Amino acid sequence: MGDRVRFSARWAALLAAGGLAALAAPALLGERPFELRMLTIVCLYATLGHGWNVLGGYAGQSSLGHGVFFGAGAYVTACLVGLLGASPWLALPAGALAAALIGVAIGWPCFRLRGHYFVIATLVVAESAFLLVNAWEPLGGAMGLNLPIRPDGFANLQFGRDKTGYYYVALAMLALVTALVWALQRSSFGFVLRAIRDDEAAVRSLGFSPARYKQVAMALSAAIVGACGGFFAQYVLFVDPPSVLALSLSVTIALIPILGGIGTVSGPIIGAAVLVPLSEYSRVWFSGTGRNVDLLVYGALIMLISVYRPQGLAGVLGDALRGARAPAGARGAGAQTGAGGAG
Amino acid sequence: MSEQLFAQLLVSGLGMGFIFALIAIGLTLIYGVMDVVNFAHGEFLMVAMYASFLAWQAWGVDPIVAVPVVAAAMFAFGVGVYWLLVRRVLGKSMHSQIFATFGLMVFLQALAQFLFGADYRAVQQSVLSGVVEIGGIALPGPQLASMAGASVATALLYVLVFRTRTGRLLRAASQDRVAASTLGIDADRMYALAWGIGAAAVGAAGALLSSFYPVFPRVGGAFVLVAYVVVALGGFGSIHGALVAGVLIGLLQTLAGFYVSSQLKFVPVYALYLLVVLVRPRGLFGRI
Repeated sequence: MGDRVRFSARWAALLAAGGLAALAAPALLGERPFELRMLTIVCLYATLGHGWNVLGGYAGQSSLGHGVFFGAGAYVTACLVGLLGASPWLALPAGALAAALIGVAIGWPCFRLRGHYFVIATLVVAESAFLLVNAWEPLGGAMGLNLPIRPDGFANLQFGRDKTGYYYVALAMLALVTALVWALQRSSFGFVLRAIRDDEAAVRSLGFSPARYKQVAMALSAAIVGACGGFFAQYVLFVDPPSVLALSLSVTIALIPILGGIGTVSGPIIGAAVLVPLSEYSRVWFSGTGRNVDLLVYGALIMLISVYRPQGLAGVLGDALRGARAPAGARGAGAQTGAGGAG
Repeated sequence: MSEQLFAQLLVSGLGMGFIFALIAIGLTLIYGVMDVVNFAHGEFLMVAMYASFLAWQAWGVDPIVAVPVVAAAMFAFGVGVYWLLVRRVLGKSMHSQIFATFGLMVFLQALAQFLFGADYRAVQQSVLSGVVEIGGIALPGPQLASMAGASVATALLYVLVFRTRTGRLLRAASQDRVAASTLGIDADRMYALAWGIGAAAVGAAGALLSSFYPVFPRVGGAFVLVAYVVVALGGFGSIHGALVAGVLIGLLQTLAGFYVSSQLKFVPVYALYLLVVLVRPRGLFGRI
């Protein structure tokens, strides 16, 4: 017990330091738009990873089609703000809601599918959505939609001159969603979700309806990703199918928590903090030749992790933190017992 | 509409159908033998297409000539992937199995982009380019050749799996791994063989495809999604099923592309996947 308290105190200190650093980052950076943009994207991707994790990590329903929800949020925001002149503060929740509804509509038939049947279903749904929106003229088709440029400020959620505002909005979203996921993980709802992942039949035999729990997880997961899509639309002020609906986006959303640690609160943040700088700096080093060095490293890491460390970088870091405190002898004994158990 | 146009649509649909079938047979064989879906299967196709393209660029080898060589090389590649990666996640969670080949997919795509850039590259003036006139109907040469090549490859595969001792061992391992092991069948070797044959089939498809389709790092995406639909429609694990379903879907997407919209020709194919797995999960010829 005492061990656990010390461990959580360590995390609390880490969290406080991380939070302060995140809040002070723009001031510390000064006039460096490249780094500011990168930090904004880290926050956005970490939030996306949390969204994926709710369904894929906790409930165990791996989706390779979460781009649909990102696209839904982005397009609903773009339509409400661009075509109807609504406030983004109305459009963003509407986008999240639309994504949640689409999620439930997809989940209703697809949750009857298990394992790779489900994964492939999410892939074909996402690709169909891309093709349909790409061909649908009222939504701008392949040309996409522009959002109107309005005066800077939080009221319009636009910060054209000084992008610091976008960073704080993304950071607030990340903090909010992290708190939500943390609470979810400790709630009875979270326990049922993990039980569904581990043994669906057992959950059913205890009188819970896995279908209903999965649908709630889907709605929550889709809403988080949809809100991120809405934020992205406000940030870039332009949406088109390749930027918000591409299959590669769905892949990226899944990559973040898979690398960082599936079904953990810190996983998506670690995953995004590794992925985004890697991709941004490799783009600079290779001067935009589209060489994709980041994905090369990422793919290799995913393979290594799935073979050696299914719990992701969060697991590796957790072990390191724990290992640093444990006496060397105890660690060796533990490893031997582990090896004996596996053999 | 003219008979000639319809005949051309039919040939083109059948040509694509045989290619889809060949890609899907590799996927379904691996799935049938070991219950693992290869999420990097589209990238296997891409690797084979690059191999075929580079052979043409460097030595002027025509893609149709390269088919057996590329298939053999891909056999080795498939066995290598099994030994280095897949074998290590067997018996681990579904997540690990899915993400291992998913990581391979991301890696191979990025590697191709790193080495060759995102440009579309195409074989020029293959012996197959141009048209063949049969009874006053002009038929595209590459599609005819892909039909012929894919039929031969499928027939060879069929003989191997259903008419040889090796094939019997392979099928035994796929039906019951434990029972097969007690009879002295080395399941590990059979799995490696399934990966080799599966990769060789998709390799033959890639070499045939490269004679009339450009190659680029993401080329596998569209084809592999269709291959999943083919495998589902045919019944996961069924080789006959993949063949019949591949031809049906080749025709469906060609006709949908002509009569509905060329932009949306894959949407009915994807919708078919959901329909099959929800209404009849065992597909046309599945065992489940």
